[in-house]
Amino acid sequence: MSEQRPAPILFAITLAVSVFTVAPMLVSVAAGLVNNYSVGARSGYTLRWLAEVWSQYGSTAWNSIALALACVACGVAVGVPCAYALARSRTRAARAFEELITLPVAVPGLATALALILAYGEWRDFRQSFAFVFVGHAVFTLPFMVRTVAAAFAHDDLVALEEAARSLGASFVQRFLGVLVPAVLPSIVAGSLMVFTLSIGEFNLTWMLHTPLTRTLPVGLADSYASARLEIGSAYTLIFFMVVLPALWLMQWLATFLGPRTGRPAP
Amino acid sequence: MTASAATRVEIRDCAKTYAGGARALLPTSLAVEPGEVLALLGPSGCGKTTLLRVVAGLVAPDAGGRVRFNDDDVTARPIETRGVGMVFQHYALFPQMTVEANIGYGLRVRGVPEAERRRRVGELVDLVRLGGLEQRRPEQLSGGQKQRVALARAVALEPRVLLLDEPLTALDAKLKVALREELADLLRRLSITAIHVTHDQEEAMAIADRLAVMRAGAIVQVGAAEALYRDPADPFVAEFLGRVNRIVRTPEDQAAGVVRLGPTVVACPAALARQREVLVRPEDLAVQPAPADSHAAARIEQRVFLGDRLHLRVQVDGQPPILLDVPSRGAHAIGDRVTIVLDPARLMRAGP
Repeated sequence: MSEQRPAPILFAITLAVSVFTVAPMLVSVAAGLVNNYSVGARSGYTLRWLAEVWSQYGSTAWNSIALALACVACGVAVGVPCAYALARSRTRAARAFEELITLPVAVPGLATALALILAYGEWRDFRQSFAFVFVGHAVFTLPFMVRTVAAAFAHDDLVALEEAARSLGASFVQRFLGVLVPAVLPSIVAGSLMVFTLSIGEFNLTWMLHTPLTRTLPVGLADSYASARLEIGSAYTLIFFMVVLPALWLMQWLATFLGPRTGRPAP
Repeated sequence: MTASAATRVEIRDCAKTYAGGARALLPTSLAVEPGEVLALLGPSGCGKTTLLRVVAGLVAPDAGGRVRFNDDDVTARPIETRGVGMVFQHYALFPQMTVEANIGYGLRVRGVPEAERRRRVGELVDLVRLGGLEQRRPEQLSGGQKQRVALARAVALEPRVLLLDEPLTALDAKLKVALREELADLLRRLSITAIHVTHDQEEAMAIADRLAVMRAGAIVQVGAAEALYRDPADPFVAEFLGRVNRIVRTPEDQAAGVVRLGPTVVACPAALARQREVLVRPEDLAVQPAPADSHAAARIEQRVFLGDRLHLRVQVDGQPPILLDVPSRGAHAIGDRVTIVLDPARLMRAGP
């Protein structure tokens, strides 16, 4: 057994890449806290840009979180049963369907959005509501849940677990909710985390679908970059971090909390 | 906990053809008597698991096949209502449930009241000697303990038939030997009709009352272990149940009615007279020092000391290498010239 020797060159490369990656974030965050970006730190620090952004765009944060949670709910309610059906079906139609639901990931969000607008743009109440943006997000995030959970359902162990439950007389609902879902819960949590993250950060689809009353965090960010001072855009980035990071930490904590506690007694 | 009246299982003309034409099971008929433990024994891909799954109700046989439990034709019944208990190869314990919840799962989904359920689970825990581990989850159990939980869970509903799919394969060799005896005892005590799938002939012999040896989707021979070992239907069965030697007979030997092994010549039993090859088990042979003037003598080529016996490989002119198991205190060395002692009564047929 040879011990791993420290390689200074690798350490230096890693450090350089890390600094290169983190620097823009730090600069951007700092820019949102100075009085005047062109003058720099000498102009002094302030929270006024943050306050301004929050008063103008604060509502978009709640919109985004609500939208992301709705996507997670949709993923669990629709995606998990769909994943089960795909994992148990060996028909060609099932394979084709699996490809089909993955399509919105590969097709540019703009194209998906355009299609939605062409098809349903005339339904004015729907077009102007958050439901419209939600549909776009759900279409985009669903395959991530389905794929993650279907892989877990397809595992040999899960097939045997289901057969064991059947041999003990469990009905479909009893074994699905009492045995299978608890057994794939770690995958459902992983899928939820992915869906939440993707929905929170989704821009190009949302940008096409939104109306002035249905804006999300990233759309508001683009808006502030385009129309306001640099400091305001940067302060917006800071707000984005402040909203997204706790949400992600919470989801991550939930994942580690649920990991070893996958499930409770059957119904 | 004993089943009041054990069930007779009758499999009639069950075949299984998968989409694409692959034939996993040829039309097979077999009966398992009430309270009997029958082993389906064979190499992987022989159809033993498919046959088990047909009995379980997890695989539907091709049209025409029937499965009966006593007078009840269960062919069309799904596994949920067939009344079978099943132990899976890797146990398939519910990972998120405790030992107690696993064993009681079947009772719970049937809506057995809590108090009754507790009592039954308690009995089962005692039966498989898992006292003190009721609150553990499967990941906190050893392989042997998991196996016992799987067994207790499978018999909790007092199934008509217990199906064991390679129940000991996931265990290491030493534990396997201890557990197969335990399993055999338990099955006797429960006096439940059981079908046990395995590729391990020792496991089958230790647990089952009768063995059905399978090959290429068909049952080759059914019978008690000793009968199959001593009188196999063909070399495949003979070789699957233990090591065996083939002794080739020349046309002259056949004409003279003898079996010849180097200088050893014995009269061929009448039942084997027409056989071109005969079989003999290594432990049914013995060796003697060859006379000094013998040229046709056999020669010891390999000698392996195995503690309780000595394993020899002997080269004899005109024959494949002959394997012998002899008492381990015998003074035999590689290169020794010996004659083989052949008892005609121990010879077995190689073909029909």
